[in-house]
Amino acid sequence: MQITINGNVRELDVDPEMPLLWALRDVAGVLGPKFGCGIAACGACTVFIDGQPVRSCVMPVGQVSGAVTTIEGLGEPDALHPVQQAWIDEQVPQCGYCQAGQIMSAVALLAEIPNPTDEDIDKAMSGNLCRCGTYPRIRAAVKRAARSMGEA
Amino acid sequence: MSRLGTITRRTLLVGAAVVAGGAAFGYYSYRRPYENPLEADEGEAVFNPFVKIGADNSITVIAPRAEMGQGVSTTLAALVAEELDVELGAVRVEHGPTSWAYYNAGAMEESVPFAFYNDSAVAQFVRDSIGVVGRIAGVQSTGGSATIRDGYVRMRKAGAAARIMLTAAAAKRLGVPADEIGSANGILTHEVSRRSLTYGEVALDAASEEAPDDPPLRDRSQWRLLGKSQKRVDMMDKVTGAPIFGIDMRQPDMLFGTVRMSPRLGAKPVRSDVTKAEAVPGVVKVVPLDTSYGGGFGVIAENSWAAFRAADAIDVEWGDASYPSDSETIDRMLRDRLDEGGGSAFRDDGDIEGSFADAPADQVVAAEYSYPFLAHACMEPMNATARRKDGKLELWAPCQMPTITRWLCSGVAGIDQTDVTLTVTSMGGGFGRRLESDFAIYATLLAMEADGRPVNVTWTREADTRHGPFRPAARGRFRARLGDDGLPVAVDMDIAAPSVTRSFVHRGLPWVPMVMPDKITVDGAWDQPYTIPSYRVSALDADLGIPVASWRSVGASGNGFFHECFLDEIAAAGGVDPIELRRRLMADYPTAVGVVDKVAEMSGWGEQLPMGKAKGVAFTLAFGGWVAEVVQVADTPDGIRIEKVWAAADIGLALDPGIVEAQIVSGVIYGLSAAMGQEITFADGMVVQSNFHDFDAMRMHQCPEFEVAILENSPKMGGVGEIGTPPAAPALANAIFALTGKRLRDLPLSREVKFA
Ligand code: FES
Ligand code: FES
Repeated sequence: MQITINGNVRELDVDPEMPLLWALRDVAGVLGPKFGCGIAACGACTVFIDGQPVRSCVMPVGQVSGAVTTIEGLGEPDALHPVQQAWIDEQVPQCGYCQAGQIMSAVALLAEIPNPTDEDIDKAMSGNLCRCGTYPRIRAAVKRAARSMGEA
Repeated sequence: MSRLGTITRRTLLVGAAVVAGGAAFGYYSYRRPYENPLEADEGEAVFNPFVKIGADNSITVIAPRAEMGQGVSTTLAALVAEELDVELGAVRVEHGPTSWAYYNAGAMEESVPFAFYNDSAVAQFVRDSIGVVGRIAGVQSTGGSATIRDGYVRMRKAGAAARIMLTAAAAKRLGVPADEIGSANGILTHEVSRRSLTYGEVALDAASEEAPDDPPLRDRSQWRLLGKSQKRVDMMDKVTGAPIFGIDMRQPDMLFGTVRMSPRLGAKPVRSDVTKAEAVPGVVKVVPLDTSYGGGFGVIAENSWAAFRAADAIDVEWGDASYPSDSETIDRMLRDRLDEGGGSAFRDDGDIEGSFADAPADQVVAAEYSYPFLAHACMEPMNATARRKDGKLELWAPCQMPTITRWLCSGVAGIDQTDVTLTVTSMGGGFGRRLESDFAIYATLLAMEADGRPVNVTWTREADTRHGPFRPAARGRFRARLGDDGLPVAVDMDIAAPSVTRSFVHRGLPWVPMVMPDKITVDGAWDQPYTIPSYRVSALDADLGIPVASWRSVGASGNGFFHECFLDEIAAAGGVDPIELRRRLMADYPTAVGVVDKVAEMSGWGEQLPMGKAKGVAFTLAFGGWVAEVVQVADTPDGIRIEKVWAAADIGLALDPGIVEAQIVSGVIYGLSAAMGQEITFADGMVVQSNFHDFDAMRMHQCPEFEVAILENSPKMGGVGEIGTPPAAPALANAIFALTGKRLRDLPLSREVKFA
């Protein structure tokens, strides 16, 4: 089947029932989205389909009807997305495993609400678990990104 | 008994008697009797096991501790860069190969009767079992909050030695005395003649200069990098989704796999049918597994999802559990153990029995407490990648104890250790779970069946949650006698729990008997800086047969709750303010009083709070870190909300305050997560919980505000990674008591209250 990943059209030979997460990781070799739970309970696998955040671990690849964007499609080391930059400025990650998912959720939040309140952040980010407890810095980074994107 | 067994056992007995708290962090020579494991590439000079400099001016620092989020690679690199006179941004940080040369001396290793240069695997294992388990530390292991303490001298000496050798080589090249050459930013300058050379230009010559035995270190007042927050070296990878974790390992021609091990821990299948599993499209092979961690199956497949599906499709009946099959029975066994009495007193001041013999009933406080088994729930599920080809075994694993893991895998594969390589990847969390070797052993066994192809073996979250080894459950029975001033004159604590050390040693060296009382059972309770005339803390070993392990802050993770909640009860019974009570009982320990005073001041302790809000306090000394925390809770229509946490931590010396702050917040959230709602329970011999829906952790909307103060009054450097955890649960429970008047004596607190 054909699927657009980060702007590239890819031909993947997969069972349509396979969750998008595994099609990305084990077949397409796109490793940014992480496996945390497999039941949409942690957010580590968050990607965008046509800009909407989805938990790729529970989305059968056969049902993907739009273009897929992963953290790799967001920015690159010399051209970071403002949210990624804010993450560095606030020194958010610890182990880092959840952070691709956190950043994707934050980008989706800011696309919808450019100046989120604390409650907005709570709502948008509570599906993303972080076992290292980086929440206070995530909150600060979301606000910093909101400011920098507002100025841009 | 074999000689091996004898030695090992004696060692364990010695180890058991060692006192925790003050870590042995004396002089450590960077010049080890171990061979230097680094090999120089073309155009590159190796100065010691920690520093490589290339002719192209590239500087590589080996940070031989795994990065699991604690910022260790950054701080270890900064230690070297400080003495090497380069900026942190100028060095590349590598984990380095698996080698005894990177042994972690930060823990209790000096206490075992093996010469330091005895690098036999058994000697190593035993050192690690004591040092590591006791403080999740050890080896080339990462844990026990010992990494920075261990590296503090050794990494700086490695940097200083390299700088001295570079200077000597430059002096020869320029024909001037070495003491006329200065260094900064990777450049050696002879001020008088205004000539300079880069490190790269003299690196190859410098490496053959004699390494100084004991290079002098810079005074703290001269530090450029240390003591200041640095930009972490691993940030870019972590915000761009770089494939740095074990689960991300990819090799040409790689297969994927998973395991389905007995949910009755340690049991084996009694009947099974793998036909359906083998028929799942993409499945290559189903492999029976029989290991010291238990029996079950591995699946090799073309992708992880096929492997997961096939594992599910195995039709199997499991053998019986060798331990009590449900939580009620387990808890009863802990109670029975307390009834039986006869524990090992790790602390026994004054005259306990005498103190209670004539105590009037109204001056005695007595209570029983408990805490549950816990899973580590690292964000990245257990995994490892292995290839067995041409008589060699290659492993890639996110593991905290690579030397031991490599040794065990070499045994399982029947391949000599010299033919086994283990590359440590970044870890999506460790918390003590990755001190185990099960995930690497399973990958090894599957690689043996994969015809030379590498296999990336990833567990499901369900397998990860349900197989432990777990933080032990415990039950404590406490009593105190109050004096006329309300302060306790006697405190007696009995704690019954399974031994972490025995369980850990058993998994690695099943033939080694262990009959010692385990200090871990009472850590966090027996070793606290309070002076009470009669004060006894006893460990009652309860061998339940359930595999248990180190879990962030180990013994103190639960015993901090026991000790500090009971102290809060004592304060309430005696009508003494809990902060005031601690100040008075801690008067002999100014460092402790310092953090209690600080947290009281920061949190505005004693100020009137609005209705429906309250504060609680707790203190724990663990891993050389003196930590006091205040938690403020509020009663809301949705339940209890944790509004704010103040933490004051004295660790003697904070090499990177930004990282220390992050670690303390992390430790508190880890502790609060467990206190609020985590428990592992058993039914029919199997773990009931399976994924984040029933073993969850704190989420963004529950996360309180934080204020952290880092103090540097302690004369010794303390660890950082675990010290935030122990006081979190008791400070929360004490706050809930202050709010509701209800004393919560069993974790998790969700058994009795609802959290917003
Ligand atoms: S892996 Fe998809 S939400 Fe956890
Ligand atoms: S940074 Fe480790 S899980 Fe979030």
